[in-house]
Amino acid sequence: MKPLAKAAAVVLLLAALTGCGSAGTGVPASGKNDDGGTLTVFAAASLRSTFIELAERFEAKHPGVDVRFSFAGSSDLVSQISQGAPADVFAAADTATMTRLQDAQLTESAPVAFATNTLAIAVPPGNPAEVQSYSDLARPGLKLVACAAQVPCGAAAKKIATETGMALAPVSEENSVTDVLGKVISGEADAGLVYATDIRTAGEKVEGIDFPESAGAVNSYPIAAVKGTPNKAAADAFIALATGAQGRQVLADAGFGQP
Amino acid sequence: MTFSVEAKIRDRDFDVQLAVAPGETVAVMGPNGAGKSSLLGVIAGLLKPDSGSAESNGRTLFRLDGGTHRWEPPHRRGTVLLAQEPLLFPHLSALENAAFAPRSAGVPAAKAREVAGQWLAAVDMADLAGRKPGELSGGQAQRVAVARALAADPDLLLLDEPLAALDITSAPLLRRLLKKVLAGRRAIIVTHDVLDALMLADRVVILDAGRIVEAGPVREVLGQPRSRFAAGLSGVNFVTGTLTTSGVRAPDGFEFHGHQDLAAATETGADGVAVFPPSAVSVFLEPAHGSPRNSFPVTVAHLEPHGDQIRVRAAGGHQLAADVTPQATAELGLVPGMRVYFVVKAGAVSVYPA
Amino acid sequence: MSAIRAARNAGYTGIPRWVLAVAVVAAALIVLPLVAIIARVDWPRFLPLVTSPESLDALGLSLRTSTASTFLCLVLGVPLALVLARSQFRGQRLLRALVLLPLVLPPVVGGLALLYTFGRQGLLGSTLSVLGIQIAFSTAAVVIAQTFVALPFLVVSLEGALRTAGSRYEAVAATLGARPWTVLRRVTLPLVLPGLASGAVLSFARSLGEFGATLTFAGSLQGVTRTLPLEIYLQREADPDAAVALSLVLLLVAVTVVAIAYRSPQRGAA
Repeated sequence: MKPLAKAAAVVLLLAALTGCGSAGTGVPASGKNDDGGTLTVFAAASLRSTFIELAERFEAKHPGVDVRFSFAGSSDLVSQISQGAPADVFAAADTATMTRLQDAQLTESAPVAFATNTLAIAVPPGNPAEVQSYSDLARPGLKLVACAAQVPCGAAAKKIATETGMALAPVSEENSVTDVLGKVISGEADAGLVYATDIRTAGEKVEGIDFPESAGAVNSYPIAAVKGTPNKAAADAFIALATGAQGRQVLADAGFGQP
Repeated sequence: MTFSVEAKIRDRDFDVQLAVAPGETVAVMGPNGAGKSSLLGVIAGLLKPDSGSAESNGRTLFRLDGGTHRWEPPHRRGTVLLAQEPLLFPHLSALENAAFAPRSAGVPAAKAREVAGQWLAAVDMADLAGRKPGELSGGQAQRVAVARALAADPDLLLLDEPLAALDITSAPLLRRLLKKVLAGRRAIIVTHDVLDALMLADRVVILDAGRIVEAGPVREVLGQPRSRFAAGLSGVNFVTGTLTTSGVRAPDGFEFHGHQDLAAATETGADGVAVFPPSAVSVFLEPAHGSPRNSFPVTVAHLEPHGDQIRVRAAGGHQLAADVTPQATAELGLVPGMRVYFVVKAGAVSVYPA
Repeated sequence: MSAIRAARNAGYTGIPRWVLAVAVVAAALIVLPLVAIIARVDWPRFLPLVTSPESLDALGLSLRTSTASTFLCLVLGVPLALVLARSQFRGQRLLRALVLLPLVLPPVVGGLALLYTFGRQGLLGSTLSVLGIQIAFSTAAVVIAQTFVALPFLVVSLEGALRTAGSRYEAVAATLGARPWTVLRRVTLPLVLPGLASGAVLSFARSLGEFGATLTFAGSLQGVTRTLPLEIYLQREADPDAAVALSLVLLLVAVTVVAIAYRSPQRGAA
């Protein structure tokens, strides 16, 4: 009995270790037919509220299909799919990351743009630094926080700076809009450059200021089915919902623009 | 100028007063837990009593009485502690250890090393001055510790069983060394060994349960012990009771006849002690009669070798012992648990007031 | 593998065989990911990637801030460890527990806590800004964040060393006439030097790896607040190869520091 228990413990440990390699994130990709099983959607973090609403409508129309989400940075999601994470649908916050998935030959269908997003200025409630326009962001002494050029929101900010010829000097270049918003909400920063939809999501905690120069860098959101999905029909149906009239309405309500 | 200390520690039921004359060495002895180390700790400034005071050469070391509250830290007392273990600073060489006190007193490094070298020479450790404590034997390390303590030129040297941790060969060597360096130096030495008291101290103080129970010149205390502990040190039988016309009556009713050492007539009924050596005690199977003898029944508790004799220890409150020859032991067939009679001549029993 | 051979050569080890097996699994759990990251390095591009201005700025900043925070840990941590190890006061146990908190606190929580302390609207921030000191988004913020997470390592290892050393040497030194400062300088600190050194090394290593609190509290700007871990995190978004290359650099720096410190811990008495 005792040696057996010892052996079992060792085997369990080894199994747990080696199992990590093959089981991936542990989301079962079980469903075989289009009207049953699980549909796993990997989506950019900024799509959280809209996609959850879309999923409710989708499940109402397709009873038996259970939609599951993984929301994260687009770049992270591409890396996870490349490493074998079981995704059926991927929705990115910019075309560049989707291109990375295409280059890896991991898309089942051609990506379709379903929404756009533009930058806006987020300021703490009351706007203590009295920011009114894009040019105000270049004011000396103003603590501006933006995204780093390596991530989509930073790339957009950089594009606007180039087009307007007005270079900005942020005190911090963050990895994500969440980090930018965090610094604006806590009052550490006087202003932050984030997406219009992020300001909508943040609610009362920040104030948003639109600026016309943002038209120079419109971010396009593409969606595609992932190569090898066992739920091709369900995946296509979900993409159709997101790109259709219903999807546009939900997205527009959240502040997204038309593609 | 004398040194004096009085201190009370309520938690430990400690209440001691002690004075040490210049150049005097006092041995402090007593059972474990009697408060010997507490006494040194209080003097050195490592243990704060509830009340009391201490003065050294007219300087107040501490005064803790109601209103006044003075407490000099250890480094301003001029009392150096030498412990059972050498406690040499392991990262410093023997020379640097010996130079520690002068350096701490602000003596320039070169001068401090010179002083340290002289003290190392005085303890015959000059050859090993460059060694680290880890490279010294226990006896060598303790000698360096002595040099380090003396280099501080203390007003009062406190020695806490300095020989207890040494092996049988290095202890006599260090004892001789201590005798040399303690001569004419004021010191208090805590020890378990009567030999230390005899060789090193002018006076012995017996501490028991936080009180001084006996004090006096070493020879006197050992010769006429008034406490069971002191009697144990000199290896004599010791009975306390009340004085009678011819001896001492123990609380259990037994009367020990003896002779009064002191000519001064003492009132009967006062507290007294009867003292006699185990060698004066004979063992019989029957009560012995005839004058003037003491004969009392005892139960043999155990037998142990004692020199070329066998020491017979009796059970019971008086903790009496008798020394008999191995031959007599065999003839009497002595074994633990046996009922026998201890017999001692009155002339061998010293009786004096407690 | 050599560990197994050494154990066999030594004859009897007293370790049940299954324990050995689990130990191998445990070691593999730590070693394998390191091997994996080395295997993923894009060697032809390695040198250009790690010598780019961004990478060099991040590495330089990491080394500077970690050195500064280790120094700060020593200056602040030694007195704290002494007080915890050598004195007795009410609330001491509570204080010790609180000091250890950054060890178990998620770094982001630490960053938020620092933000609400030193930030513009924080407890001390408004006072500091009156004095003209702005900490947020500065290199000083990085050093504070690193010190916050690294200080417990120094305090814990030093307090342990102090307790092991005991206070008997200090008592002897005091009776020999050494003032408290002399005792500390010439006896206490030399005695606990190995513990102090390993504590400092752990603090440096922890500072080098600090990420969450820095990101939350200090921000991320090249050459100012973007340390090596933040640079790796950022590069991962754009160029995973660069992130892998920089991870290896961070790994090498950490290994070097630890190796140097553990090789000669007894050296250099104060």
